[in-house]
Amino acid sequence: MRCFIGIDLGSTTTKAVVMDENLQILGRGITNSRSNYDTAAAVSKQEALIDTRLTLFRRALGGVPEVAGKVDDILSDLERNFRHVQFLEQLEDLQQTCIANIKGPRFAGREKTVIEALEGTFSRLRDSSAKQYAPGVKRKSDFFRDLAGAEFMSHGEAVCKEAGLGFDLILNVYDKSIIEVENRPPSGDMEGKFVRALEKGTMTGSSILAPVQSALAIPLEETYVVGTGYGRVRLPFPKEHIRSEILCHGLGAHMMYPETRTVLDIGGQDTKGIQVDPVGIVENFQMNDRCAAGCGRYLGYIADEMNMGLHELGPLAMKSNKQVRINSTCTVFAGAELRDRLALGEKREDILAGLHRAIILRAMSILSRAGGVKDQFTFTGGVAKNEAAVRELRKLIKENYGDVTINIDPDSIYTGALGGATFAVRAVVN
Amino acid sequence: MSKPEAVKEPSMDMQKAMIARNYEAITSKHETGRKVSNTFVPGNLNELLMCFDIVNNLPEINAIQAGMRKASGGYIMEAEKSGHSEDVCTYVKADIGQMSKGNIAPNGKPYPVPDVLMLSYTGCYTFMKWFELLREEYKCPTLMLHVPYEGDGHSTKNMRDYIVKQLKEVVIPGLEQVSGVKFDIDRLRQYLKNSAKAEDDLVWCLEQGKVKPSPIDAYFGGVYYIGPIFTAFRGTEDAVSYYEMLRKEVQGRIENHQGPMTPEGTYFNDQKYRLIVEGPPNWTNFREFWKMFYDEGAVVVASSYTKVGGLYDQGFRHDPDNPLESLADYCLGCYTNLNLPTRVDLLAKYVEEYEADGLLINSIKSCNSFSAGQLMIMKEVERRTGRPGAFIETDLVDPRYFSAANVKNRLESYFQMIEQKRRGGGSKTVAA
Repeated sequence: MRCFIGIDLGSTTTKAVVMDENLQILGRGITNSRSNYDTAAAVSKQEALIDTRLTLFRRALGGVPEVAGKVDDILSDLERNFRHVQFLEQLEDLQQTCIANIKGPRFAGREKTVIEALEGTFSRLRDSSAKQYAPGVKRKSDFFRDLAGAEFMSHGEAVCKEAGLGFDLILNVYDKSIIEVENRPPSGDMEGKFVRALEKGTMTGSSILAPVQSALAIPLEETYVVGTGYGRVRLPFPKEHIRSEILCHGLGAHMMYPETRTVLDIGGQDTKGIQVDPVGIVENFQMNDRCAAGCGRYLGYIADEMNMGLHELGPLAMKSNKQVRINSTCTVFAGAELRDRLALGEKREDILAGLHRAIILRAMSILSRAGGVKDQFTFTGGVAKNEAAVRELRKLIKENYGDVTINIDPDSIYTGALGGATFAVRAVVN
Repeated sequence: MSKPEAVKEPSMDMQKAMIARNYEAITSKHETGRKVSNTFVPGNLNELLMCFDIVNNLPEINAIQAGMRKASGGYIMEAEKSGHSEDVCTYVKADIGQMSKGNIAPNGKPYPVPDVLMLSYTGCYTFMKWFELLREEYKCPTLMLHVPYEGDGHSTKNMRDYIVKQLKEVVIPGLEQVSGVKFDIDRLRQYLKNSAKAEDDLVWCLEQGKVKPSPIDAYFGGVYYIGPIFTAFRGTEDAVSYYEMLRKEVQGRIENHQGPMTPEGTYFNDQKYRLIVEGPPNWTNFREFWKMFYDEGAVVVASSYTKVGGLYDQGFRHDPDNPLESLADYCLGCYTNLNLPTRVDLLAKYVEEYEADGLLINSIKSCNSFSAGQLMIMKEVERRTGRPGAFIETDLVDPRYFSAANVKNRLESYFQMIEQKRRGGGSKTVAA
């Protein structure tokens, strides 16, 4: 079948969306941009195609009366097993890479012992991986680096202790190798992995197997790919396959909410205020200049300063009942102002509430430069997932522009990629 | 590997030689005994200075030269080290910083101490502070010509008389004193005659932006076209010859249906977008900046920056029959001396007359004179013309303020937005 793909190479994450020619979303994929846009684009595209397969399975199973009401379970089983197969494959690559990296004076004479320790560690990792992919277990991350890393630490330390070997030796090899593995383009053979996943699963009854296999046999033809985002210039596409992220966000928001007239996108490095017309065409836009003050990365710095996870900032700020006024949204000064407030005895939640307000105030100024907020208003980008930021935004929009409809889609992070995929369809179909 | 040299047309080579000669005249003042005046581009009195055999040195142009030679960054840092604030006009800091680095002109010789600072104030308040700094440094006299701001959008007889009075009572006697040369109004008339002739040819060239494809780029190319007339050559025979040559070149391109030449030496014929640009260019990344336009098929058909030293296309000419009055009118009508509604009128008129796709504003970080009110200008021009505007931000000569990825992102978004509107709206076809 003809597939139309949009890839949004953001500064922090890379997203892909696969669409069919009827503008239906088939799949979404996300990965970290890992300072290597080529790999990030390939990985996110592959992830979106995997998701597309799952959509096709769902469609195929939808017509099987025997599995009515059980499709979600079957698919989650299939996906879990697929992810496990994928994990084991990357683990094998990591093991081989680690072994190949054992060289130099540091390891002289100890190569054999180190290899044995690594083999022991990876063997345990393989065994314990089944637990990570067991039914009902919520994985802590979607990224191989995070999942493999945590397990490697615990198993590696134990194995080294038993062998009387310093852990730092194999940790050093791991650190070097994980970057290589992560930056290697993903191996193909998605279909083969799905077949192996099917074999691993318990639901191999012919009523399921046949429709899944027929869905698997549908060739996914990459008809047209459109790239967007700051890394777009890195894509090996001809120029007409590249679209500016402003247009993609405008069109993506229009696809999600056709009545949208104003779009705010707060990404990692930039904030964009966009006005779109009734058919999704950008009318006007403004964005921050080279200074990324008040963008998503600012929150990242704050999280680092506070020794917290990025996702914990919003919930903590929500606990505040006395907002502290923060003057600077400059990432460079973020730490200084934060420590200054802490030194004055302000509470962390109150400072965070102030920080979120400061970010949104800056966004409000960009929106105003772009011509204000019109009904309906759509908020996209990573910061749209942050409840404290959303709370401040709602408040300020109401104060400044009255009762406009505010849309926030749970999949808003894919807005740019969605716009890209829509452009891809239009390039061929229209 | 070094960057390939920019391809130059005969008029550019001629201009280069003229500029080199002027730098030679400035830096050899001790050998020749000629007096040197520092002055500014908007509202400059070049013909008058020539009447006293005074050589014209323009600190703004020196800053641009430093920017294009990638030297301005170091000069600016030097000025900041000595206490000048980060947000101050970077032309000023490039000039001040250059002094502390030996004050070397592009020909490798040091700039001399000027004999006089000829300050014709035309809307840029920074000019006054700049020359205060230079006066402290050089300990030389300053002659100030105060030009009233056109707050109501037009000049009055009173304003003109006020300027003429200053010319008669302050500027001319001052220049006579500095130079030791007696003022001869017939000499001025002759220079003004040359000016008017060159101005006619310049206006003809600039107006060819209306042709499709445009044989000129009225912004990146435009800054070369205005070079002689806005600087030390207005009134000279050289300037007259230069504009005759330029006119022939432009005429040749029209006959061959050619666009302007890019620095890569190719004719830019495949023009997809026609733009009006407001605001000065960025000089530190000039070629990179220009490339972002022609790579995407965008040609600038008219710009306000090419009017910074005189709005000749709006009918003004230096007038040998009314010499001092025409100098006054010239100063009053400089772009920087216009109020916001007049700027809006002019830009909206350009959008219509040059059949442009819209107005692009390059807002300069460190230039208050140009940048204040630009968003309002954009919104109003958009409203009047119904064509989309866009806003980018760079700086004059501070390389730290030029973010290529950000500028490119906005430009590409703008061009694609125009394209998308054409397809979606279906009302307009591809421009050229």
